[in-house]
Amino acid sequence: MDRLRLCEDLFFQRQVHVQVDLPRARIWALAICSLLAMALGPRMSAPPNVDIRPHLDALFRAESGRILATLIRLLGGFDLAEDAMHDAFNAGLQRWPVEGLPANPRAWLISTARFKAIDAIRRRTRFDASQDYIADALYGDEPASGAVDDELPDDRLKLIFTCCHPALAPDVCAALTLREVCGLTTEEIARAFLTSAPTIAQRIVRAKAKIRDERIPYQVPSGAELPERIAAVLAVVYLLFNEGYAASSGPSLTRSELSAEAIRLGRLLLDLLPEPEVIGLAALMLLHESRRPARVSADGELVLLEQQDRSTWNHAFIREGIALVERALSTRRFGPYTLQAAIAAVHAEARTPEATDWRQICALYAALLAMQPSPVVELNRAVAVAMHEGPAAGLVLIEALFTRGELRDYHLAHSARADLFRRLGRRDEARAAYEQARALAKSDPEIRYLEKRLHELG
Amino acid sequence: MKYICLGYIDSNAFASIPETEQQAMMDSCIVYDDQLRANGHFKGGEALQPPNTAMTLRYANGRVVATDGPFAETKEQLGGIMILEARDLNHAVELISKHPGAKFGPWEIRPAADLSEMIRQSEARRRPAGKPQS
Repeated sequence: MDRLRLCEDLFFQRQVHVQVDLPRARIWALAICSLLAMALGPRMSAPPNVDIRPHLDALFRAESGRILATLIRLLGGFDLAEDAMHDAFNAGLQRWPVEGLPANPRAWLISTARFKAIDAIRRRTRFDASQDYIADALYGDEPASGAVDDELPDDRLKLIFTCCHPALAPDVCAALTLREVCGLTTEEIARAFLTSAPTIAQRIVRAKAKIRDERIPYQVPSGAELPERIAAVLAVVYLLFNEGYAASSGPSLTRSELSAEAIRLGRLLLDLLPEPEVIGLAALMLLHESRRPARVSADGELVLLEQQDRSTWNHAFIREGIALVERALSTRRFGPYTLQAAIAAVHAEARTPEATDWRQICALYAALLAMQPSPVVELNRAVAVAMHEGPAAGLVLIEALFTRGELRDYHLAHSARADLFRRLGRRDEARAAYEQARALAKSDPEIRYLEKRLHELG
Repeated sequence: MKYICLGYIDSNAFASIPETEQQAMMDSCIVYDDQLRANGHFKGGEALQPPNTAMTLRYANGRVVATDGPFAETKEQLGGIMILEARDLNHAVELISKHPGAKFGPWEIRPAADLSEMIRQSEARRRPAGKPQS
């Protein structure tokens, strides 16, 4: 975090902070004076109650993945590195209010963590002489001042590949990546996945034990192994994105932050490993995320693509996404992520719903279906065909799915079918299908949407 | 975040090891607690005297009844409590899993509850009716 940002945060904090913990606040008010004097200059006096912890938490979120990755290289082990990093952040919590912010907080934290690790090993050696040489080796390895911050790009990639190893289940990888690479707390991850903190904690404990016991290597895979391993990493990133994208409203910001974290990981991977599907997934996430501002109305209702105010779409994301799609397509080695991104790009290019190039979308869905057969892709293709060739042609495809016994419990299939009946003027069948969809739908906005449609049918 | 860590101990198992090992064990616990303190994790805590020094109060038949003990059937008894400052639940698990005391009984780790909202509601309930909020 740079100093200007900290200034803004402290100022914002002063305006909104309602502190009830008075004795602690008083101690902090004293401690924080020197920090504020340095950060804000003579223009304003110290606020009466500020806690440095939120700022360190923000720094943790932004930097812990890089710091941990570097420390694993310097210290050689996952657990030792993580302990040392936590100890360094705690040292910052105690010392920065008194000593002031270091010029380069990340370098300070890495350097402090190294000394904390050496210290911890020395303490332990009193009971385990075998560890003595490790402390000496680390101490002797002291890099020149400043050099400790020299981050190798591979460090973070290694950490991502370790956290997304195929020996670990995808949901375990997702939790581990969020904690170790993105710096989320166990409790935040639990809220984001709508589960309990002990459940997530146990997943992470077991995953780390597995990494240790099965000696899962801390390295970037090479050669023939690489494509499969990249696929595993991308699956985890996409899982994270979808978890955050499905719930775009609600009191907790954490779930939309999940999408932001997924995009952050996607960009990171793009820098480190520009393979076609890495590019395709980054494009797909950016193009979907571009619509987030339009997806929820002022009163919290879901807004479908057709009704969205396209002027509120994030056009910077769209430009970036489209450029990435074209880059991925030009490699001719693309896969399903790139094709899905291409479909999203066609939607993004249409200034109005009527201007959508449905012919192109139908062709892209056909290509996607050939590459990755799935009933949900078939359903999406049926909707595109209905837009291109008319509702009757789309209905034939959905009825074929239902005849095969597919998607009968999927509310969106019933809802899509109902829309086609409605457009064909078959009101009774439309009503029955909307009612089936409503019976299967689980989220409140979706239920309200379906009831509105039923009400309009009269 | 604050986590309350309840350390249980099997006193019989501890008593059955040689005295030198007991001392080494105590030393390692004290060293580890110091390490937790030095890094700002140890926010308070006490070791407990044995269960036979305890009193238990229970509300029964409209009054409080005091008995001595507890004399639970379990081998493991609460031996100490610690208030631990950790970044998250996994961090607390990591810190406590290295505690040498874990060799002689389980640790239970629970996040401290934030009662500020409950207290606010309680104060609102107890406020005399008709008086405006201050």
